[in-house]
Amino acid sequence: MKTILAALACGIVFGLGLSISEMINPARVIGFLDVAGEWDLTLMLVMGGALVVTLIGFPLITRRPKPVLAERFVLPTKTKIDSPLLSGGILFGIGWGLAGLCPGPALAGLASLSPQIMLFVAAMIAGQFIAIKVEPLIWK
Amino acid sequence: MIEPNVAGGLIGGGLIGLASVMMLLLLGRITGISGILTGVITFNHADGLPWRAAFIGGLILGAVLYQIFIGPLPIEMQAEGPLLIVAGLLVGIGTRLGSGCTSGHGVCGIARRSPRSITATVTFMAVAVITVYVTRHLLS
Repeated sequence: MKTILAALACGIVFGLGLSISEMINPARVIGFLDVAGEWDLTLMLVMGGALVVTLIGFPLITRRPKPVLAERFVLPTKTKIDSPLLSGGILFGIGWGLAGLCPGPALAGLASLSPQIMLFVAAMIAGQFIAIKVEPLIWK
Repeated sequence: MIEPNVAGGLIGGGLIGLASVMMLLLLGRITGISGILTGVITFNHADGLPWRAAFIGGLILGAVLYQIFIGPLPIEMQAEGPLLIVAGLLVGIGTRLGSGCTSGHGVCGIARRSPRSITATVTFMAVAVITVYVTRHLLS
Protein backbone atom coordinates (compact mmCIF):
# COMPACT_ATOMS: atom_id res chain seq x y z
CA MET A 1 0.00 0.00 0.00
CA LYS A 2 2.84 2.40 0.92
CA THR A 3 4.52 1.57 -2.39
CA ILE A 4 1.35 2.37 -4.32
CA LEU A 5 0.85 5.70 -2.52
CA ALA A 6 4.51 6.62 -3.04
CA ALA A 7 4.29 5.84 -6.77
CA LEU A 8 1.05 7.84 -6.98
CA ALA A 9 2.75 10.82 -5.28
CA CYS A 10 5.75 10.58 -7.65
CA GLY A 11 3.36 10.48 -10.62
CA ILE A 12 1.52 13.56 -9.38
CA VAL A 13 4.76 15.55 -8.93
CA PHE A 14 5.92 14.43 -12.40
CA GLY A 15 2.58 15.37 -13.98
CA LEU A 16 2.61 18.78 -12.30
CA GLY A 17 6.19 19.27 -13.52
CA LEU A 18 5.23 18.47 -17.12
CA SER A 19 2.28 20.88 -16.92
CA ILE A 20 4.10 23.77 -15.20
CA SER A 21 7.09 23.45 -17.56
CA GLU A 22 4.67 23.36 -20.54
CA MET A 23 6.34 20.20 -21.83
CA ILE A 24 2.77 18.92 -22.05
CA ASN A 25 2.44 21.39 -24.94
CA PRO A 26 3.59 19.95 -28.31
CA ALA A 27 4.10 23.53 -29.59
CA ARG A 28 6.84 24.10 -26.96
CA VAL A 29 8.54 20.81 -27.85
CA ILE A 30 8.42 21.38 -31.63
CA GLY A 31 9.61 24.95 -30.95
CA PHE A 32 12.75 23.54 -29.32
CA LEU A 33 13.34 20.94 -32.03
CA ASP A 34 12.88 23.55 -34.79
CA VAL A 35 16.42 24.93 -34.63
CA ALA A 36 16.09 26.53 -38.07
CA GLY A 37 12.84 28.29 -37.14
CA GLU A 38 11.91 30.56 -34.24
CA TRP A 39 13.82 28.55 -31.68
CA ASP A 40 12.26 28.04 -28.22
CA LEU A 41 14.78 27.03 -25.56
CA THR A 42 12.21 26.13 -22.87
CA LEU A 43 12.83 22.37 -23.24
CA MET A 44 16.52 22.92 -22.54
CA LEU A 45 15.68 24.76 -19.31
CA VAL A 46 13.36 21.90 -18.29
CA MET A 47 16.00 19.27 -19.01
CA GLY A 48 18.58 21.39 -17.16
CA GLY A 49 16.29 21.88 -14.16
CA ALA A 50 15.54 18.17 -13.98
CA LEU A 51 19.16 17.09 -14.47
CA VAL A 52 20.48 19.37 -11.72
CA VAL A 53 18.22 17.49 -9.28
CA THR A 54 18.86 13.96 -10.60
CA LEU A 55 22.62 14.41 -11.13
CA ILE A 56 23.00 15.42 -7.48
CA GLY A 57 20.31 13.14 -6.05
CA PHE A 58 20.96 9.81 -7.80
CA PRO A 59 24.55 9.20 -6.57
CA LEU A 60 23.52 10.10 -3.00
CA ILE A 61 20.61 7.65 -3.10
CA THR A 62 22.38 4.67 -4.69
CA ARG A 63 24.97 4.89 -1.89
CA ARG A 64 22.23 3.62 0.46
CA PRO A 65 22.06 -0.15 1.02
CA LYS A 66 18.43 -0.21 -0.16
CA PRO A 67 15.52 2.04 -1.05
CA VAL A 68 13.06 3.16 1.65
CA LEU A 69 10.09 1.01 0.60
CA ALA A 70 11.70 -1.87 -1.33
CA GLU A 71 14.27 -4.59 -0.69
CA ARG A 72 16.69 -3.53 -3.42
CA PHE A 73 17.36 -1.07 -6.21
CA VAL A 74 16.22 -2.27 -9.65
CA LEU A 75 18.43 -0.50 -12.17
CA PRO A 76 18.89 -1.14 -15.90
CA THR A 77 21.45 -3.90 -16.49
CA LYS A 78 22.04 -3.51 -20.25
CA THR A 79 25.21 -1.61 -21.10
CA LYS A 80 25.77 -2.50 -24.76
CA ILE A 81 25.08 0.13 -27.40
CA ASP A 82 23.36 -2.20 -29.88
CA SER A 83 21.15 -1.98 -32.94
CA PRO A 84 17.81 -2.20 -31.05
CA LEU A 85 18.86 0.82 -28.97
CA LEU A 86 19.86 2.85 -32.02
CA SER A 87 16.96 1.84 -34.29
CA GLY A 88 14.52 2.41 -31.42
CA GLY A 89 16.02 5.84 -30.82
CA ILE A 90 15.68 6.70 -34.52
CA LEU A 91 12.01 5.58 -34.75
CA PHE A 92 11.13 7.36 -31.51
CA GLY A 93 12.92 10.51 -32.74
CA ILE A 94 10.87 10.55 -35.97
CA GLY A 95 7.58 10.12 -34.08
CA TRP A 96 8.57 12.76 -31.51
CA GLY A 97 9.51 15.21 -34.28
CA LEU A 98 6.24 14.61 -36.16
CA ALA A 99 3.86 15.25 -33.24
CA GLY A 100 5.93 16.89 -30.50
CA LEU A 101 4.67 14.30 -28.03
CA CYS A 102 6.64 11.73 -26.05
CA PRO A 103 5.14 9.19 -23.60
CA GLY A 104 5.09 11.33 -20.41
CA PRO A 105 3.39 14.43 -21.84
CA ALA A 106 1.01 12.28 -23.93
CA LEU A 107 -0.19 10.34 -20.87
CA ALA A 108 -0.43 13.44 -18.64
CA GLY A 109 -2.22 15.22 -21.50
CA LEU A 110 -5.08 12.71 -21.22
CA ALA A 111 -6.24 14.96 -18.37
CA SER A 112 -7.35 17.48 -21.01
CA LEU A 113 -9.77 14.87 -22.42
CA SER A 114 -8.57 15.92 -25.88
CA PRO A 115 -9.64 13.28 -28.45
CA GLN A 116 -6.41 14.01 -30.36
CA ILE A 117 -4.26 13.11 -27.34
CA MET A 118 -6.37 9.97 -26.79
CA LEU A 119 -5.79 9.00 -30.43
CA PHE A 120 -2.04 9.48 -30.02
CA VAL A 121 -1.94 7.44 -26.79
CA ALA A 122 -3.96 4.62 -28.42
CA ALA A 123 -1.49 4.55 -31.34
CA MET A 124 1.46 4.63 -28.93
CA ILE A 125 0.09 1.64 -26.99
CA ALA A 126 -0.54 -0.20 -30.27
CA GLY A 127 3.04 0.60 -31.26
CA GLN A 128 4.41 -0.93 -28.06
CA PHE A 129 2.39 -4.10 -28.67
CA ILE A 130 3.67 -4.28 -32.26
CA ALA A 131 7.25 -3.95 -31.01
CA ILE A 132 6.72 -6.65 -28.36
CA LYS A 133 5.49 -9.03 -31.10
CA VAL A 134 8.13 -8.12 -33.66
CA GLU A 135 11.18 -7.83 -31.35
CA PRO A 136 11.85 -11.58 -30.93
CA LEU A 137 11.61 -12.11 -34.71
CA ILE A 138 14.31 -9.55 -35.52
CA TRP A 139 16.77 -9.89 -32.65
CA LYS A 140 17.25 -13.40 -31.34
CA MET B 1 13.22 33.43 -31.14
CA ILE B 2 10.09 32.42 -29.24
CA GLU B 3 9.91 33.82 -25.70
CA PRO B 4 10.93 30.88 -23.48
CA ASN B 5 8.99 30.02 -20.31
CA VAL B 6 12.00 30.49 -18.01
CA ALA B 7 10.36 30.23 -14.57
CA GLY B 8 7.91 27.48 -15.58
CA GLY B 9 10.66 25.56 -17.35
CA LEU B 10 13.09 25.62 -14.43
CA ILE B 11 10.47 24.96 -11.71
CA GLY B 12 8.65 22.30 -13.77
CA GLY B 13 11.97 20.70 -14.70
CA GLY B 14 12.97 20.69 -11.03
CA LEU B 15 9.70 18.92 -10.16
CA ILE B 16 10.35 16.29 -12.88
CA GLY B 17 13.81 15.73 -11.38
CA LEU B 18 12.33 15.61 -7.86
CA ALA B 19 9.76 12.98 -8.91
CA SER B 20 12.56 10.85 -10.42
CA VAL B 21 14.67 11.21 -7.26
CA MET B 22 11.66 10.27 -5.07
CA MET B 23 11.02 7.15 -7.19
CA LEU B 24 14.63 6.00 -6.79
CA LEU B 25 14.74 6.80 -3.07
CA LEU B 26 11.37 5.26 -2.17
CA LEU B 27 10.85 2.44 -4.69
CA GLY B 28 14.40 1.95 -5.95
CA ARG B 29 13.17 2.32 -9.52
CA ILE B 30 14.09 4.39 -12.56
CA THR B 31 11.31 6.71 -13.74
CA GLY B 32 11.10 5.50 -17.33
CA ILE B 33 7.59 6.34 -18.45
CA SER B 34 7.58 4.25 -21.65
CA GLY B 35 8.74 1.21 -19.66
CA ILE B 36 6.21 1.84 -16.88
CA LEU B 37 3.51 2.01 -19.58
CA THR B 38 4.69 -1.30 -21.09
CA GLY B 39 4.34 -2.95 -17.66
CA VAL B 40 0.77 -1.67 -17.36
CA ILE B 41 -0.53 -2.52 -20.84
CA THR B 42 0.92 -6.05 -20.70
CA PHE B 43 -0.57 -6.59 -17.21
CA ASN B 44 2.83 -7.69 -15.97
CA HIS B 45 1.81 -9.01 -12.56
CA ALA B 46 5.21 -10.59 -11.93
CA ASP B 47 6.99 -7.28 -11.66
CA GLY B 48 4.92 -4.65 -9.89
CA LEU B 49 1.78 -3.85 -11.85
CA PRO B 50 0.17 -1.86 -8.96
CA TRP B 51 2.93 0.74 -8.51
CA ARG B 52 3.20 1.21 -12.28
CA ALA B 53 -0.55 1.77 -12.61
CA ALA B 54 -0.44 4.14 -9.61
CA PHE B 55 2.39 6.16 -11.17
CA ILE B 56 0.52 6.58 -14.47
CA GLY B 57 -2.67 7.46 -12.58
CA GLY B 58 -0.65 10.06 -10.64
CA LEU B 59 0.82 11.47 -13.84
CA ILE B 60 -2.68 12.14 -15.17
CA LEU B 61 -3.87 13.34 -11.74
CA GLY B 62 -0.98 15.84 -11.61
CA ALA B 63 -2.23 17.39 -14.84
CA VAL B 64 -5.82 17.34 -13.48
CA LEU B 65 -4.65 19.22 -10.36
CA TYR B 66 -2.93 21.78 -12.62
CA GLN B 67 -6.26 22.34 -14.39
CA ILE B 68 -8.09 22.76 -11.08
CA PHE B 69 -5.63 25.02 -9.26
CA ILE B 70 -3.55 26.77 -11.91
CA GLY B 71 -5.40 26.96 -15.22
CA PRO B 72 -6.24 25.19 -18.47
CA LEU B 73 -3.51 22.85 -19.73
CA PRO B 74 -1.42 24.56 -22.40
CA ILE B 75 -1.83 22.09 -25.28
CA GLU B 76 -1.47 23.19 -28.91
CA MET B 77 -1.45 20.12 -31.17
CA GLN B 78 1.15 20.06 -33.94
CA ALA B 79 -0.18 17.09 -35.92
CA GLU B 80 -3.58 15.58 -36.51
CA GLY B 81 -5.39 12.61 -38.02
CA PRO B 82 -3.30 9.97 -39.81
CA LEU B 83 -0.03 11.82 -39.11
CA LEU B 84 -0.80 11.76 -35.38
CA ILE B 85 -1.46 8.00 -35.57
CA VAL B 86 1.81 7.38 -37.44
CA ALA B 87 3.67 9.49 -34.86
CA GLY B 88 2.07 7.58 -31.98
CA LEU B 89 2.93 4.21 -33.53
CA LEU B 90 6.55 5.29 -34.07
CA VAL B 91 6.86 6.58 -30.48
CA GLY B 92 5.41 3.30 -29.17
CA ILE B 93 7.60 1.03 -31.31
CA GLY B 94 10.72 3.18 -30.88
CA THR B 95 10.55 3.52 -27.08
CA ARG B 96 10.02 -0.22 -26.72
CA LEU B 97 12.89 -1.23 -29.05
CA GLY B 98 15.18 1.47 -27.66
CA SER B 99 14.31 0.59 -24.03
CA GLY B 100 13.29 4.11 -23.08
CA CYS B 101 12.21 7.65 -23.81
CA THR B 102 12.93 11.20 -22.69
CA SER B 103 12.39 10.38 -19.00
CA GLY B 104 14.20 7.04 -18.64
CA HIS B 105 17.12 7.70 -20.98
CA GLY B 106 17.10 11.50 -20.82
CA VAL B 107 16.44 12.56 -17.24
CA CYS B 108 17.42 9.37 -15.36
CA GLY B 109 19.96 7.70 -17.67
CA ILE B 110 22.10 10.80 -18.03
CA ALA B 111 22.05 11.21 -14.21
CA ARG B 112 23.32 7.61 -13.95
CA ARG B 113 26.08 8.59 -16.42
CA SER B 114 24.99 5.63 -18.57
CA PRO B 115 26.74 5.69 -21.98
CA ARG B 116 23.79 3.69 -23.39
CA SER B 117 21.26 6.29 -22.27
CA ILE B 118 23.42 9.21 -23.38
CA THR B 119 23.73 7.59 -26.83
CA ALA B 120 19.96 7.00 -27.00
CA THR B 121 19.19 10.59 -25.95
CA VAL B 122 21.57 12.10 -28.50
CA THR B 123 20.11 9.80 -31.19
CA PHE B 124 16.43 10.58 -30.66
CA MET B 125 17.08 14.31 -30.14
CA ALA B 126 19.13 14.55 -33.34
CA VAL B 127 16.59 12.53 -35.35
CA ALA B 128 13.72 14.65 -33.99
CA VAL B 129 15.55 17.87 -34.98
CA ILE B 130 16.12 16.46 -38.50
CA THR B 131 12.45 15.33 -38.71
CA VAL B 132 11.22 18.82 -37.79
CA TYR B 133 13.62 20.40 -40.29
CA VAL B 134 12.44 18.10 -43.09
CA THR B 135 8.71 18.45 -42.36
CA ARG B 136 8.64 22.17 -41.56
CA HIS B 137 11.29 23.61 -43.87
CA LEU B 138 12.03 21.23 -46.75
CA LEU B 139 8.53 19.86 -47.37
CA SER B 140 6.39 22.88 -46.53
